[in-house]
Amino acid sequence: MADLRINFAGIQSPNPFWLASAPPTNSGAQIHRAFEAGWGGAVWKTIGAPVLNVSNRYGAWHYGRQRMLAINNVELISDRPLEVNLREIAEVKRAWPDRAVIVSAMVESKPETWREIVERIEDTGADGIELNYGCPHGMSERGMGAAVGQVPEYCERISRWVMEAATIPVIMKLTPNITNIVLPARAGVAAGVNALSLINTINSIVGVDLDTLELTPSIGGKGGHGGYAGPAVKPIALNMLAALGTDEIVSKSGLPISGMGGIATWQDAAQFLLLGASSLQVCTAAMHYGYRIIEDLCDGLSNWMDEKGFKTIAEVSGHSLHRVSDFKDFDLSFRAVARIDESKCIKCDLCYVACNDTAHQCIDLVGRDGKLVAPRSYDVRSNGKLEATEMRPQPVVREEDCVGCRLCYNICPVDDCIRMVELPSGRSAVTWSQLSEQQGKVTEDWETMKEYRKQVGIEIH
Amino acid sequence: MGSALDDAASALREQLAPLTQHAAAVEADRCLYCFDAPCTHACPTHIDIPRFIKKIASQNLRGSAETIFASNLLGATCARVCPVQELCEGACVLGSDHKPIAIGRLQRYAMDYAREHGSYPKVKAAPTGKKIAVIGAGPAGLSCAGELAKLGHAVTIFEKRAKPGGLSTYGIIALREPVEIALEEARMIEGMGVKIEGGVEIGKDLSLAELQKEFDSIVLSVGLGRTPGLDIEDEEAIVDGLEFIEGSKTDAASLKVGRNVIVIGAGNTAVDCATIAKRLGAERVTMVYRRTDREMTCYEHEYDFARKEGIEFRFLSQPSRVVLEGGRPTGLECRRVELGAPDASGRPTPVAVQGSEFVLAADQIVKAVGQEKPSLAMLLGLETTKGFIAVDGSFMTSVSGVYAIGDCIRARGAASTVMAVQDGKLAAAAIHAQLVLQATEKS
Repeated sequence: MADLRINFAGIQSPNPFWLASAPPTNSGAQIHRAFEAGWGGAVWKTIGAPVLNVSNRYGAWHYGRQRMLAINNVELISDRPLEVNLREIAEVKRAWPDRAVIVSAMVESKPETWREIVERIEDTGADGIELNYGCPHGMSERGMGAAVGQVPEYCERISRWVMEAATIPVIMKLTPNITNIVLPARAGVAAGVNALSLINTINSIVGVDLDTLELTPSIGGKGGHGGYAGPAVKPIALNMLAALGTDEIVSKSGLPISGMGGIATWQDAAQFLLLGASSLQVCTAAMHYGYRIIEDLCDGLSNWMDEKGFKTIAEVSGHSLHRVSDFKDFDLSFRAVARIDESKCIKCDLCYVACNDTAHQCIDLVGRDGKLVAPRSYDVRSNGKLEATEMRPQPVVREEDCVGCRLCYNICPVDDCIRMVELPSGRSAVTWSQLSEQQGKVTEDWETMKEYRKQVGIEIH
Repeated sequence: MGSALDDAASALREQLAPLTQHAAAVEADRCLYCFDAPCTHACPTHIDIPRFIKKIASQNLRGSAETIFASNLLGATCARVCPVQELCEGACVLGSDHKPIAIGRLQRYAMDYAREHGSYPKVKAAPTGKKIAVIGAGPAGLSCAGELAKLGHAVTIFEKRAKPGGLSTYGIIALREPVEIALEEARMIEGMGVKIEGGVEIGKDLSLAELQKEFDSIVLSVGLGRTPGLDIEDEEAIVDGLEFIEGSKTDAASLKVGRNVIVIGAGNTAVDCATIAKRLGAERVTMVYRRTDREMTCYEHEYDFARKEGIEFRFLSQPSRVVLEGGRPTGLECRRVELGAPDASGRPTPVAVQGSEFVLAADQIVKAVGQEKPSLAMLLGLETTKGFIAVDGSFMTSVSGVYAIGDCIRARGAASTVMAVQDGKLAAAAIHAQLVLQATEKS
């Protein structure tokens, strides 16, 4: 059985799953229940400056039958008095010595206010501090949150103030609302923080109500951008996580990264670990289904690790980072084609229409007699389930014309029906970098490119 | 206190509840949106099913109803009476691994919306000045009339009964289709400018010659006749199945139903008769059929339904005589049947065993063994095929300008509402083409 324990910048936790700083960690009573359910840690909902909240603060994006594929919020940091939060933090930590209790903080950008909040947090006995440089709404209008996170110099300056005061581990949380995520991370390295975490929520407007024509959700007739989170943001978070893991300065610093952004299942969790996270934070999935989801997060992750032979989280962490590359270093001679398993195909023809309309026109509809069939070519008097199913042609990939774009694979509703099959291209491996180094003109001039294609046998129809 | 009328009506109330908005949305979202979908191919009227379902999913119900009406003006009836297991749902790609999409019920959802919001097809074509008479206001006639009206023709339907709708109104058990749905559908067709004259019978109140004088084209959609005779002793004591169903639809409270009822036949109409008897109070209902359950002509889902209703079956039994006491039936004498070589229909020939007579007790006997061929064919001197009115590829009969559609021409294949609707649509297109051709020739 895999060992799920982690030691994250000196913070111990029985499993890598922490509740992220958010509504699920708003009070001591909630976190008690979360720990009873099995969460390894909790990042307390951000404490700091005084705030007032509004109603209709959560919006959601639903897709098809899936509710809340993403949540959007304009909730601010904790609106409970600072003293109440600090007292409850101390109580929770006393009751749960084996769990990670981290406190998220955000105060006015002055050295003395930061020093004061750090000292008050340390007095609670908490295991660590997370610097909230990410909140994209409300707080940023007051010069806090993302207003700091979007300016690497501010990140560094404030983090230095914090590091001067702090004796417990400090995690700097990054906002994704920035062009290059690596720059604020490097600022954290320069300031000497103990760890990084990402991503905070993304700027977003969820929609417009088509009856009232007001924004969704409507806050007394108004609306605005809020922070976007949940399963829909996972690929964005993974990309930013990998960007840190492959940045020379950040990776060389050895700072551990707490990954978050749409983790809802143990599969998501494993992917964050593989791309370099060593602790994981969860919010939206818990807000959707409650604290109980921790059970399968741990159970599923543990079973998968057993299957794959991973003994510890540290072994998983960053395991796939060396696979992260850039287009210029991909092998241009790698060739895969789509192949449809006719025994599994239900002939919905979604692959056909997608390929024919929007990709590379290389799927044919083939009749029983082997002849090509045009769509809707049956006689108007033909009907009934037997004729409809027996006359229905089979979609077949013309492999010689398939560029292996993978669109059909992605849309096929049947598991394992379309496979991407690797085929020899007959060309030796070459990357764009190599090509531009060795035969620079090919990459700059269309005529030379044409000759090159002819020479190596690349035909694009 | 519920009156007998309320009891009878509720016993035959529409069996399937309408889908709730939530159920419809869940089901619509389940549809894969197949390209050139097999359900559309399987539908005789080729409704663009994925399109109307995705419009339910996107809450564009007006567009959904328009999509259905574009291919099938009788979508409300078809949603209820179509043997979807044999047609659209039977062809659904999700059928193999999962449950097919409930296409019929989704169609009903869109059609209910259209009815409740008066979201019906509008005639946009300019009047052509052509007049067309349609004989019979059943599904084929209504479909044809509506399609012709859409093209700008002036259409009058002559219906011999008081109410329009044909079998939808009079011949389909109310728990599948309430009378009101069929009548509303006819009103929708009238709303497209079609005139419906009830109580007018061709050959009696109006001659073909008179029609030919007044109308540019004539369409016969007269359906079939009554239940044929069994040619057995004291047959007069047997109730005609179609009249039995009609009685249950027009005045269920007054319908006479026995305590121990036998229904002769094993088609879908026979199942309807047996269900009505059971639901309206019969203690025991037995369907008597001369072949076995393998050869029954009712759909498999109808057979399943009948068994769940508690209806019993007596196979390999051929009625030979009604047993009467004081002029009232007390039983049905049958002979045991053995199956012989396949006949023209491909089914084994039933051979009654002489001397094997036995009596099944019954105080009411109903027969539902098909319908007589259209008598009008003879009256009008039309050519026939196996007794059905013969038509060419354009639905024209042997008399020029006289067309025929629906059950009265169905010499091959099973008669069904949706096939009748498609006949009406195709015939309308053929008639229109013919009239346009005439107009061009004249000019």
